[in-house]
Parts: sequence; structure tokens; C-alpha cells
Amino acid sequence: MSLIIEVKSLCKQFGDFRAVDDLSFTVEAGQVYGFLGQNGAGKSTTIRMLLTLIKPTSGTIEIFGMNLEKHRKEILRQTGAVIERPDLYKYLTALENLRIFTAMSGCRIPERKLMDQLEMVGLAERAHSKVKTYSQGMKQRLGIATALVHDPQLIILDEPTNGLDPQGITDIRNLIIRLSKEMKKTLVISSHLLSEMELIADSMLIIDKGKKLVEGMVSDLFNPSETIVELQTTNDELSLQQIKDSVFAGYLKGLRNDCILLQIHKNDIPAVMKSLMDMGIPVISFNSRYSLEDYFLSLTTGNLYVDTAAN
Amino acid sequence: MWILLQIELFKIFKRPRTYIAFGAIAAIVFLIQVALKFDGKSYIDLLLSNLDGSFEMDDEFKSKMLNGYLICFVILNTLLIQMPLLVALIAGDSIAGEANMGTLRLSLTKPVSRTEYMFVKFMASVIYTVALLVWMALLALLGSILIFGVNDMVILRSRGLEVIESFDIWWRYVAAFGYAAVALTTVSALAFLLSVFAENSIGPIIATMSIVIVFTILSEMNIPIYDRTVKPYLFTSHMVAWKGFFYMKSNAEGATITGSVENLPAIMRSLLILVIYIGLFFSTAVWVFRKKDILT
Repeated sequence: MSLIIEVKSLCKQFGDFRAVDDLSFTVEAGQVYGFLGQNGAGKSTTIRMLLTLIKPTSGTIEIFGMNLEKHRKEILRQTGAVIERPDLYKYLTALENLRIFTAMSGCRIPERKLMDQLEMVGLAERAHSKVKTYSQGMKQRLGIATALVHDPQLIILDEPTNGLDPQGITDIRNLIIRLSKEMKKTLVISSHLLSEMELIADSMLIIDKGKKLVEGMVSDLFNPSETIVELQTTNDELSLQQIKDSVFAGYLKGLRNDCILLQIHKNDIPAVMKSLMDMGIPVISFNSRYSLEDYFLSLTTGNLYVDTAAN
Repeated sequence: MWILLQIELFKIFKRPRTYIAFGAIAAIVFLIQVALKFDGKSYIDLLLSNLDGSFEMDDEFKSKMLNGYLICFVILNTLLIQMPLLVALIAGDSIAGEANMGTLRLSLTKPVSRTEYMFVKFMASVIYTVALLVWMALLALLGSILIFGVNDMVILRSRGLEVIESFDIWWRYVAAFGYAAVALTTVSALAFLLSVFAENSIGPIIATMSIVIVFTILSEMNIPIYDRTVKPYLFTSHMVAWKGFFYMKSNAEGATITGSVENLPAIMRSLLILVIYIGLFFSTAVWVFRKKDILT
């Protein structure tokens, strides 16, 4: 697979603060590349550097095999982006906004195709309404339409589901899957909704304090079959001792917030549960959980298991 | 580039606030014309009261004085002082307004260089300035000609009255409006520069007006030490040089020479200073903007 983005030793310094620190990563053609990090981790700064909104202090960015600084126009001609909020000209209609950003992309696209684009994001019926009358979800969809209208090869979406209701989130997810699988686009998506990223990303990069923590294929990095189980009993101390003395001692990961934590392969859960009951352990609840969120938090906080409810 | 300029003009003229300035000019011009239509004689008497008693005028002369050309001159004198605010409303909003709306970052992810972007933004505000002046010319000159008719134009100067014959006036107005366009473009360039530093348009508009007011006060102050040290370098000192097109040379007998301009080199020098200011403001704006990180 060919590389679409190649970032080497990227740094950005704002005064004394280093927002991005020696960051290197690659994005391959056709991938949905998840870009994860806590607030202030440097995601938006990196994305803005990919789009030439912020100048790197040092490092190089190559997109489509070209140096971004030297070939800015050629690269941006093949790139579409929505950065944080999809802010558009509120006093203009959706169609007028689309027409403006299409022209700025250097394209001449007939009105019918613009309407098709609005149809694709479900806004054709409101094409002639002013954007100030739109809901947040509609603005988000229009923002995505402006990013896609010139048929770019690379699409960069910074927090695309921000402020959307569950239906809006599902619609955006389906659109991203369609862009990737049917239209073979390369997508770089930053999001704090890790459960969403888990569903759509092929590869991911996790950064913290501007530095890379981990990068790779989601399937290699994060194995949801190795799940954490929260076991609640009526007598945790006794139950803990019983488990330590049993063949399940190897699974034991500790006690936290009135729960005994076990790390078990998904397929073994029914057998383990039955055995614990047979041992007379007074189980109240048996909750299997291990998500990308746990993985992400464990990386960024340094703990194997993080109580997400407490965060 | 032409497409980008069309986009900018489309955005400017689609905003209701753009028409505030056109409405304000129409209202002021209309009010001046109405006042002079019904009480023009008193106004002429007031003007002539500054002259010594040797200039006794009959009523017929006074009514001839009150013609479309003079009314336009009066309107220009009044309005060109206020117009910087109207120009700053749009120029101060050009970059800061986009930053405030959040559309700046989206626009700059398009394959348009920052220099091109700045150039079309500035050109759009220049076109807006010229459009305002054309609007003012239509109302003030053509409107006044329609209401008051035409005749020779009498200009009051410290040394007395000068009469410009009616066939010698039009080109002077064309030159004066052209000069005023450059003068207002200087204000526009200043507002445009300040707009680069701000994230909402109120700041640059207020800052521009503050600078114009302070500079105008300094330009008008009669303090000898400023006459050679400060005043010649303030752009506001040169913004009113358009009046020079209505001052004529005199021959040895003291009669004015038709088609002449008293001190054309001084007008050209002022024009050059304004053009230098425009270049300085615009190039600084581009230089700052090219280096700027877009964080909004």
C-alpha cells in the first residue's frame, strides 16, 4: 500500500510550551486512521499543521509523496477537511456556502452535482435555507459536504461527531464507512469518542502531551477478546482469598471500587463463571468490559485498568 | 484570482451590514440637500459673512451661487471626514470577521495561497470603498445638479471668492473623487492591517477610528513644532488635499486661469504619501498574515 501521509519528527513550540514533540507517523492509502489523545494532547495542533494552518517549528510533512511546504496547493487540492466546529457563512444558504468553497477548491462543479452532494448528506431539501437556521447536526453535515465536494483523495476530520445526537453520530459513522469502503478514500479522524473510533478505524495513533504513545493497526494494538471482568460479591475479601487459592489465581488483577478484577479470554468467561459459582463464591454481578477506551486510558494514565466511571 | 475576488464581493454584498454605509450616505446627502433647498439663502449669507464688506452680493448672484456644483462641494467637505468609519466597518471585518466566524480556518485549508487570499480580500475592500464613493458621487453631484441645476461654482478662499466656470468643473470633480478614493483606501488599508491581529471586528474598527481621530487632531493643531516634524508624515494631513483641485492659479493681474490647478505638485506629493502608506499597511498585513498560526 502506498503512503498518503508521512510525518517525520514534527515539533511545534508555542513560547515555552511544546504542543507537539518529535511526532512521526504514516497513513496508508485507503485507511481510516484514528487520531486519539486527551484534550490538549496535541491532536488539533498536528491536524492544523497537516492543513498548513499552523507552521511546524521543525520536522517534515509529506502528503501524496510531496513536501507540504513546497507543494501546498497541489496537496490541498486533493484534500478535504473539517476542523472542530463546521463554521460556515451563516448569512448564506447551504448551496451558496457549498458553491463558495467549491470555487475556492479550484473546481467548477455544476449546480446539479452540488445538489447531489447536499442530497448525500441529507440536506437537499434545505439547500436554499440560510445556515443560521440549521441545527448543529445539519451544520456538521454541511461542513462534511464542503470537505467532500471537490472529490478529495484525503479527508481530514477533526472531531466530526462533536455536538451531534446519537442519530447524527450514526449518520456520520455510516458516511465515513461509505467513504472508506465504497469510495476508497483515505480518512484521518481525530475524536474523543473512542467507542466510535473502535467501530471505524483501521489504524490509530495515540498521543499524549504532544508525544506518540503508540501507533499501529487497531487489530494488533487492541485485542478486545482479552477482556477485563468486574466481579462483585457479597464478601469481597473472602472471595478474593478463594480465587487466590484456586486455579484462577493467574487471572486475578486486583481489587478496585468494590470489584474483583479478572483478566480472562472472552471464550473462557462462561467456564470461569460456572467454576466460581461452584466454589461457592457469592457473586452478585459479573461484568465483562474492555474497550478501546480502557486501552486508551491505560496508556495515557499508565494503569492497566482504569475505572472510567471515575474519570 | 478573479473567481476569488468574485467570491469576496459576493460575501460582502450579501451581508445586510454592508448597506448601512450606503443608507447612511443617502440619508446625510438627502438631509443636506433638503436643508439647502429650503434655507440655502441663509447658508450662503453665513458663508459670505466671513468676507469683508467690499463683497456685496445681490440676491440673484446668491441664488446662482447655490447650484448643484457648490452643494456637492459642501457635501464632500462634510462627508469625507465621516467616511473613514464607514470604510473601516468593512475593511476591519475582512480578516477578523472571518476569524470570528470560524470560516478563516476552512478558507485557508483550500488551495489558495495566503498572499492571494489577502490580495483579494484587500481588493474587495477597495472596490467597496470605490462603490461607496460612486454612490456618494451619484447622490451628491448628480442629485444636487438635478435639484439645484448648474452654474459657475464659487469657492470661498481666505483671499476672497474664486469663480470656476461651469465647463471647467467636471474634471475637477472626477479628480477629487479619484483622490478621495485613494485617501479612503489608506484608511481601508490601516483597518485591514489591524484586522489581521484581531479575532473579532470591533477591535480593528475602533482602533482604526482612534488612530484616524488622533492623527486628524494632530494634523489640525496649530502648534509650530508639529508643522515640520509630525504633520507632513501623518496620512490624515494628506487626506484633504482633494480640495486643491478646486483652487486655481492666478495670472499677474490676479485673475484665475481656467483649467489650472494652483499647486498640482503638492497634490501629487500628498497622493504619493498616501500610496506609500497603502503599500506599507498592505505589505505589513501580508507579512504578518503569512507567518500567523491560525488557532481560532
